[in-house]
Amino acid sequence: MDLLGVLQILDSTVRMATPLLLACLAGLFSERAGIFDIGLEGKMLMAAFFAAAFAAFTGNVWIGLLAAIAASLALSLLHGLASITFRGNQLISGVAINFLAAGVTVVIGQAWFDLGGRTPALEGAGRFQEVTLPFADALAPVPVFGPIYAELISGHSPLVYVALLFVPLSWWVLFRTRFGLRLRAVGENPAAVDTAGVSVVALRFYAVGICGVLCGIAGAYLATGLAAGFVKDMSAGRGFIALAALIFAKWRPWYALYACLLFGFLEAIGNRFQSIELLGIAVPSQFMQALPYILTVVILAGFVGKAIPPRAGGEPYVKER
Amino acid sequence: MPKWVDILLIPLINLALALFVSGLVVAYIGENPFEAVAILVKGAVGSPYGWGYTLYYTTNFIFTGLAVAVAFHARLFNIGGEGQAGLGGLGVALVLLALPWPHWSIALLAAMVGAMAFGAFWAAIPAYLLAKRGSHIVITTIMFNFIASALLVYLLVNVIKVPGSMSPETARFGVSLPNANDVLPWVGFPRSTPLNVTFVVALLACVAVWVLIWRTRLGYEIRAYGHSEPAALYAGISPVRIIMVTMLISGGLSGLMAINAVMGEAERLVLDPVQGAGFVGIAVALMGRSHPVGVFLAALLFGMLYQGGAELEFERPAITREMIVVIQALVILFTGALDNMVRSPVERFFVNLNKRAA
Repeated sequence: MDLLGVLQILDSTVRMATPLLLACLAGLFSERAGIFDIGLEGKMLMAAFFAAAFAAFTGNVWIGLLAAIAASLALSLLHGLASITFRGNQLISGVAINFLAAGVTVVIGQAWFDLGGRTPALEGAGRFQEVTLPFADALAPVPVFGPIYAELISGHSPLVYVALLFVPLSWWVLFRTRFGLRLRAVGENPAAVDTAGVSVVALRFYAVGICGVLCGIAGAYLATGLAAGFVKDMSAGRGFIALAALIFAKWRPWYALYACLLFGFLEAIGNRFQSIELLGIAVPSQFMQALPYILTVVILAGFVGKAIPPRAGGEPYVKER
Repeated sequence: MPKWVDILLIPLINLALALFVSGLVVAYIGENPFEAVAILVKGAVGSPYGWGYTLYYTTNFIFTGLAVAVAFHARLFNIGGEGQAGLGGLGVALVLLALPWPHWSIALLAAMVGAMAFGAFWAAIPAYLLAKRGSHIVITTIMFNFIASALLVYLLVNVIKVPGSMSPETARFGVSLPNANDVLPWVGFPRSTPLNVTFVVALLACVAVWVLIWRTRLGYEIRAYGHSEPAALYAGISPVRIIMVTMLISGGLSGLMAINAVMGEAERLVLDPVQGAGFVGIAVALMGRSHPVGVFLAALLFGMLYQGGAELEFERPAITREMIVVIQALVILFTGALDNMVRSPVERFFVNLNKRAA
């Protein structure tokens, strides 16, 4: 394969990794604060629908983005209400949110657009356009570096760069600010945080809120960046792959980036080749699709490094027993 | 708090809330919710045809609901019903295609063994990983759903489809289960309804699970482990054994669902034989409070919703089939996640009542 072919795959890797990365960082904030979130998938789907719907109504993709964030945030607050306020089971709440999004997007979509659950195809200002970084065209003829800059680094939707910026930002917030320290503490030992006079409930709601905003951006990217409109079930398990990436990354931001790039790469390869030959053995595309899940199980099993989740994860905090 | 409040009143309030919110959604999309309910109920139970489909779906949901319920008793959350049932379907297909079965009853027994073995196997890996390596069972069972789906697609496309055929499905099985039309000709079930003798198997499974959980030593140990792991350990109950056995039973029950869908209805293995029934099982187990009787009633309710929902979509195209998914989500939300929202005030009310009475 020539340089251009490789670059196309890597370019596709970045596109595929972006929604995973945003959802993965969303899960990072929530789970670091001790709130398991298997509803990433549902929030992304709901956000994708609202992004596409409002972009279609207004012709303005930024309004679509805001609607996506609002919709995802609403589901996050529902998750918070169930799992923080009413101390319900976080996993069950997440399952409910996934189904709710899968159903509501089609039911409302049919009522609004009458297109069998789709939204109208978006064009022009209704989609995120590709950003051409400065000098991309001028540098393109430079050997090796030119194509890499023009093809791989430049020419993505703005949300791709936003997602990449969120990696150092998340790291800084979680590991270099007081808020981040408290947020991590609330996921490890909420009683200690409570004793220090900091509200566990408020911190967890902040974390769930950040999770909602990031899932909203992820969903908006799916419907207005990667695709041109919403189709039924368009998140297609990405929320679960993001969850897998989060475990793969052992709940750390930079590793989340690497894990998402790896899973995005697998998806890019799977999209491009029906089956690939590896050392003389034909690897079926279904294996490539299942690989992120298999890798996660292997990591969870602790055969290759142990993934230890935040200690208070999944348990509602009860102030006094 | 009286017992009937816990097992009857609170689930009914939760269900009413879920249906109320569903009604709001229906009203929002410009349809009359009461009319919708009328069409739904009529479509589900208004004719032998409706009953045939309703009870067919009920059969699926009894199996997947029992599977989740058994795991709940050991405080294990098995989300993997979808994958376990899919693998169960593979087991059914392999058994039925392996030999020319002389009679449906022998074939049914053999297929049940195949379904349970494959379903249990698919649950055994996450169970082992939890018992021995401490991997979170919810995450591993979710991952195994995706792996199962990829595996089934691969096998159907590349290995077990009819040679030369384009469609990804196996050959038709040589045997078919007695249909409701054959068994109960006087009721007037049309030939086309997929209801078959598996329904009886599902009812027997309810009884078997009740006996297992409340009338056997193993069931006691499962419940003891579910209530308190340290206490169970102190009583000499091995957590590894309980996790493994419970998940094997749970996976086996999920696998049995394939008897109904693969052997009873499709009579061949097709892509996605489970059709979301594994996930409906979660809602069914939550609503049924993990009791076989509750599971049966909740499965019947969801069977009605699925069949009635199809009729509803036919009569009122604005209300798409996904409305059922919304109702399912709201039932899970209110009976599972938001349970305390209703429970706490109701508990307080009865505590006050008792105080005043005393």
